[in-house]
Amino acid sequence: MIPPLPGPAHAALPSTATRQTPGPAPGTSSDPPAGDDCCRLGALRKGQRAVVAGLDDSAVATPLPPGELERRMIEMGLIEGARVEILHEGFPGADPLAVRINDHTLALRRAEAHAVLVTLG
Amino acid sequence: MSDTVLSTPAFMGAPPRIALVGNPNCGKTALFNALTGARQKVANYPGVTVERKIGEFLSPAGTRVQLVDLPGTYSLRARSPDEEVTRDVVLGRFQHEAPPDVMVCVADATNLRLHLRLVLELKKLGRPIILALNMMDVAEARGCRVDAAALSAALGVPVVPTVAIKRTGVVGLLDQIDRSMIAMTAALPPSPGNAPDITPGTSSCGWSEPSALDLRAYHQEVEAILAAALRDAGRPSLATRRIDAALLHPAIGLPFLFLVLFLMFQAVFAWAAVPMDMIDKGLGWVQAGAGAALPDGLLKSLLTDGIIAGVGSVVIFLPQILVLFFFILMLESTGYMARAAFLLDRLMGGVGLHGRAFIPLLSSFACAVPGIMAARTIENRADRLATIMIAPLMTCSARLPVYTLIIAAFVPDRTVAGGMIGLQGLVMFTLYAAGILSALAAAFVLKRTIFKGAREPLLMELPSYRLPSPRDILLGLLERARIFLARAGTVIFAIMILLWFLGSFPAAPDGATGPAIDHSFAGMLGHALAPLLAPIGFTWQIAIALVPGMAAREVAVAALGTVYALSETGDALSGSLAGVLAADWSLPTALSLLAWFVFAPQCVSTLSVVKRETNSWFWMLVMIVYMTALAYGAAFVTFHLSSVLLGG
Ligand SMILES: Nc1nc2c(ncn2[C@@H]2O[C@H](COP(=O)(O)OP(=O)(O)O)[C@@H](O)[C@H]2O)c(=O)[nH]1
Ligand SMILES: [Mg+2]
Repeated sequence: MIPPLPGPAHAALPSTATRQTPGPAPGTSSDPPAGDDCCRLGALRKGQRAVVAGLDDSAVATPLPPGELERRMIEMGLIEGARVEILHEGFPGADPLAVRINDHTLALRRAEAHAVLVTLG
Repeated sequence: MSDTVLSTPAFMGAPPRIALVGNPNCGKTALFNALTGARQKVANYPGVTVERKIGEFLSPAGTRVQLVDLPGTYSLRARSPDEEVTRDVVLGRFQHEAPPDVMVCVADATNLRLHLRLVLELKKLGRPIILALNMMDVAEARGCRVDAAALSAALGVPVVPTVAIKRTGVVGLLDQIDRSMIAMTAALPPSPGNAPDITPGTSSCGWSEPSALDLRAYHQEVEAILAAALRDAGRPSLATRRIDAALLHPAIGLPFLFLVLFLMFQAVFAWAAVPMDMIDKGLGWVQAGAGAALPDGLLKSLLTDGIIAGVGSVVIFLPQILVLFFFILMLESTGYMARAAFLLDRLMGGVGLHGRAFIPLLSSFACAVPGIMAARTIENRADRLATIMIAPLMTCSARLPVYTLIIAAFVPDRTVAGGMIGLQGLVMFTLYAAGILSALAAAFVLKRTIFKGAREPLLMELPSYRLPSPRDILLGLLERARIFLARAGTVIFAIMILLWFLGSFPAAPDGATGPAIDHSFAGMLGHALAPLLAPIGFTWQIAIALVPGMAAREVAVAALGTVYALSETGDALSGSLAGVLAADWSLPTALSLLAWFVFAPQCVSTLSVVKRETNSWFWMLVMIVYMTALAYGAAFVTFHLSSVLLGG
């Protein structure tokens, strides 16, 4: 049921160098630009499936040093080509998310899930 | 080169050392238990407070092997103090401790995609490695087929399938350990990190933090390996998914969690009652025996009043601690603990805490000491400090005797709300709620002032649900009991002797009236403190009782008894003492003392563990100051408000 998958082109990754100063605090941030919204993991709802297309933590406010969130996400399996599915949503505010990533399940908050670019499928 | 030979202890007398390394929840502790059985102990790594779990076993070839269970980690780029220990042991960065001779990487066979990356990272260190493919029983049940030989060929390390929870499940691993040790002797491998006296903090092992690019490269390598070795990926756990659909449901999830917690507290009090009673009776018996056998005098007083009474007053909480840890171990090994953190993340986030802070705070209901130690799993230092600072506000079981005594003395035993709710129970509940609410408020303030900053990301794996094995639970409880008793036997023992000394010297002059403690150092201290405590309604007797209460809150009860010169002990004392107190104190004084106990930082073991865990006197002082201020303020307000309301 789960074929081994070579990911899409790894060359087009956003490098950590493109990371800018942290955006507004999570509580106060307005939603990411509308056109962007459909293809970020943080915008998906329960039951939706997608494939990770890339990581871009430039707009996510974290106390972590630059690039660290990206590395942690990769270590937890959020990497280009990984198939994801939103299994459960927390309460209240449908946050955090329980996301199936290939063979395991990861809990993460919507704010940080916005760093994951996905293509629906 | 001669250094390398000397520090390869395997064949120079000291047993070879093997370390278990792997992601959290892959079964390291279960493997550790399967290999060592009860021959294990917990100590601390020098300098840090992370627990070091070591055990011993005999390999099939008859070699005595030392086994270390390391904290689970997803990567050598450590994020928490626990993970730093794993990294430092693996890299040989601990002074006076050579790196392990062989590393057994444990990987969950059903989740190789995630776990193999760490294996690759460890392999790069160039030290002997064995890969234990654990949970093979689960993998088979899910139709997941891994070709161990192909995996071994692709990885270049020996691979053994294991089932840590079955008696026969580790036979292959034991054989492989022997083979690896023989190979090691033959080759006397170049171990770059093996030189002794490696200064901590140097990356002497050729390991450097992988960049995002390196990590992606590892992942691609994993995909290539899996393409060669994974015959069938199998089905994901449907059971876990179905259970989660209910237990993480927005409407069911939180109520169920609170039900679990409610049952837990019921059990802590109900199940522990009988054994606590037995310990109490046993102590009374020992005390009486010692009292009868020894002539009156200092030695008898030291033994019965100082040591037996003091250590006994702590040991009596062993049953409650064991019941609490039984639940915590069950929650952890079934996989529900991560769900609890998931469910509470939003609520805890309201006051700026991490979802994981839930575990330390929960443990603090038994005792703040294990609670504060459990805060290690929180990665971010500010989050961890905030959690440690508020943990002692949770009502620990040591406050119970004090609450019980005062409530029995001052709160009438009747029911309210049409006979549904006991008034005494209601007051008790209020005290617990006051602790919780003030902890949340303190967290709110701390996270907005001292520990400002965005929250650490969650990024937490939700492991598949598993049936815990009775053996692992039992060994876990044994370990907790040992740690607790060791503490009672060392730190608390010493403090008790000190307090006994303060309370017994100098002796009362001949013909003096009033209790002897009145004339002692403790009495002098109490009298000196009395004017300070008068504005919050405390009598000088209370002031004296607070001094020994420093060792452990519950000792305050015994101390009050001493001060009021009663001769009975234990329950008999509480019974009659309640009557004396009811006659001697005003109700506002009693309420004020209750308010004081909700906040007061007066347990030495808690303060010492804060010092150890934060590795700083500063945070310990901050805790003393802020909690004393809270206690004084709350007692002051309570005393004056209730005086006015009650017309006293
Ligand atoms: N079915 C099965 N369960 C296992 C196996 N190994 C460990 N477990 C269970 O998995 C859970 C987590 O194991 P634990 O040893 O605590 O993992 P650790 O975090 O790596 O120390 C426990 O409930 C164990 O009983 C195994 O080989 N098969
Ligand atoms: Mg473990």
